[in-house]
Amino acid sequence: MPDTAIAEAPAKAATGGNILQVRNLEAWYGESHILHGINFDVNAGEVVTLLGRNGAGKTTTLKSIMGIIGKRAGSVKFNNQEIIRATSDKIARMGIAFCPEERGIFASLDVRENLMLPPVVREGGLPLDQIFDLFPNLKERLNSQGTKLSGGEQQMLAIARILRTGASFLMLDEPTEGLAPVIIQQIGHTIARLKKEGFTILLVEQNFRFASTVADRYYVVEHGKIIDGFSNSELAANMDKLHTYLGV
Amino acid sequence: MQALYAQLLVGLINGSFYALLSLGLAVIFGMLNIINFAHGALYMMGAFVAYFLLNLGGINYWFALLLAPIIVGIFGMILERTMLKFLTGLDHLYGLLLTFGIALIVQGVFQNYFGSSGLPYAIPDQLRGGMNLGFMFLPIYRGWVVVFSLVVCLATWYLIEKTQLGAYLRAATENPTLVRAFGINVPRMITLTYGLGVGLAALAGVLSAPINQVRPLMGADLIIVVFAVVVIGGMGSIMGSIITGFALGVIEGLTKYFYPEASNTVVFVLMVLVLLVKPTGLTGRAA
Ligand SMILES: Nc1ncnc2c1ncn2[C@@H]1O[C@H](COP(=O)(O)OP(=O)(O)O)[C@@H](O)[C@H]1O
Ligand SMILES: [Mg+2]
Repeated sequence: MPDTAIAEAPAKAATGGNILQVRNLEAWYGESHILHGINFDVNAGEVVTLLGRNGAGKTTTLKSIMGIIGKRAGSVKFNNQEIIRATSDKIARMGIAFCPEERGIFASLDVRENLMLPPVVREGGLPLDQIFDLFPNLKERLNSQGTKLSGGEQQMLAIARILRTGASFLMLDEPTEGLAPVIIQQIGHTIARLKKEGFTILLVEQNFRFASTVADRYYVVEHGKIIDGFSNSELAANMDKLHTYLGV
Repeated sequence: MQALYAQLLVGLINGSFYALLSLGLAVIFGMLNIINFAHGALYMMGAFVAYFLLNLGGINYWFALLLAPIIVGIFGMILERTMLKFLTGLDHLYGLLLTFGIALIVQGVFQNYFGSSGLPYAIPDQLRGGMNLGFMFLPIYRGWVVVFSLVVCLATWYLIEKTQLGAYLRAATENPTLVRAFGINVPRMITLTYGLGVGLAALAGVLSAPINQVRPLMGADLIIVVFAVVVIGGMGSIMGSIITGFALGVIEGLTKYFYPEASNTVVFVLMVLVLLVKPTGLTGRAA
């Protein structure tokens, strides 16, 4: 398996021990086989980005880790515990938090209820005042209906609500998709700040210019496999390859 | 005038049962996406459990008011765990057929043992007699039913609209997968929600026992009107189902006074009118 060989020899992580280890991860939607053996690692304190074209399987990878894809196989270890067969509520309670691509803000809940919805799974979550410090807009709109917020505010709310829970491993699926440049910048600052606070982040991005401002390492997903991996310092050297992979 | 007030009171009583039952149906529909045709049979079971508790266990009305909803609620949760949960993702029709089948079986079993005639259930001593309000005579038990039902309905509304548990419920109605991925045991919440809806039906059954007697088909007769109430109010809204329940009871009562011939059909006529104008019901969202 040549693909695996590439993926298993990523740039050495700058930071702590292994948090997430994904091996031969496969996933299906009904009959269609989407992931064909995904392999990668995330170490404590890192920001790791999955790049890849539309439909490559990035979202499916995050959902499979989170346990919300019906049929999956292979191995996903979180802090050395196998979670491939766990239900998503158990996985969340182990300290993984997920911010979905479609954001998932609830229309029948106001902003405060949306923010307070995910239960605290362990100690060490960000206190509310720090969250409002990161996202001042939210504080002013606590009583609005969740879906009345602008796209950027909804994205901030979707990130903010998983910071409270004490989960230390965050999976963010295309947090900049469809947002204005100044908001993208604000989200970039937020991710940098979260990294400083000690969060480990698995990011999915199409926008690798944005990703390069926050990521430590990259993996490239294509047709449900990891086909390449490199660190931020190797980014410049890999630029041509990347353009081919992403078709940009 | 006395007769008008008397009919208004009857309307409020019926409205209490409509509200409790359609509230339970709305709660269940929101979370399970099932139109619970077993609701009438579970209401009847509530009344029978109160009857058994009294006659076999010597347990009085007040304890029955607490125990019958719990017992029937547990029965409902067993139904959900063993049957209803397998309907997730299927068309409404399957849920409708399954719960209708359950209703027929439960009613059939009770009819087999108790026939069709009513068993008496006495009004508890504390609520016997009546009060002269000047403009009308108010039987205390009936006043109690109206007030207590209203309190239970509003408490349920508060639970769902204003508490953290209610926020879980509302969120899981929209996107159960995501709520579960936040760490909430959604399947267990669905089971408890069904238990809550069923418990409300059983509570209505206990309340009705001293007024209407305890009969195997008491729920079958009532539930047809309740479904019309639900269609008028719309399935989507908690407060909507409470208000529509009470309002239609009152409208029925007033019709009995002003135009008795129409009193049995007025709810259905309204249903047709509402369906013509707003097919999702007055407060409803599309099913
Ligand atoms: N719910 C679904 N049912 C069936 N196929 C799906 C579903 N979601 C995604 N897919 C397919 O799975 C593949 C990977 O999708 P996805 O993981 O969303 O890609 P990405 O996030 O990289 O853009 C695509 O071919 C997509 O069409
Ligand atoms: Mg995607």
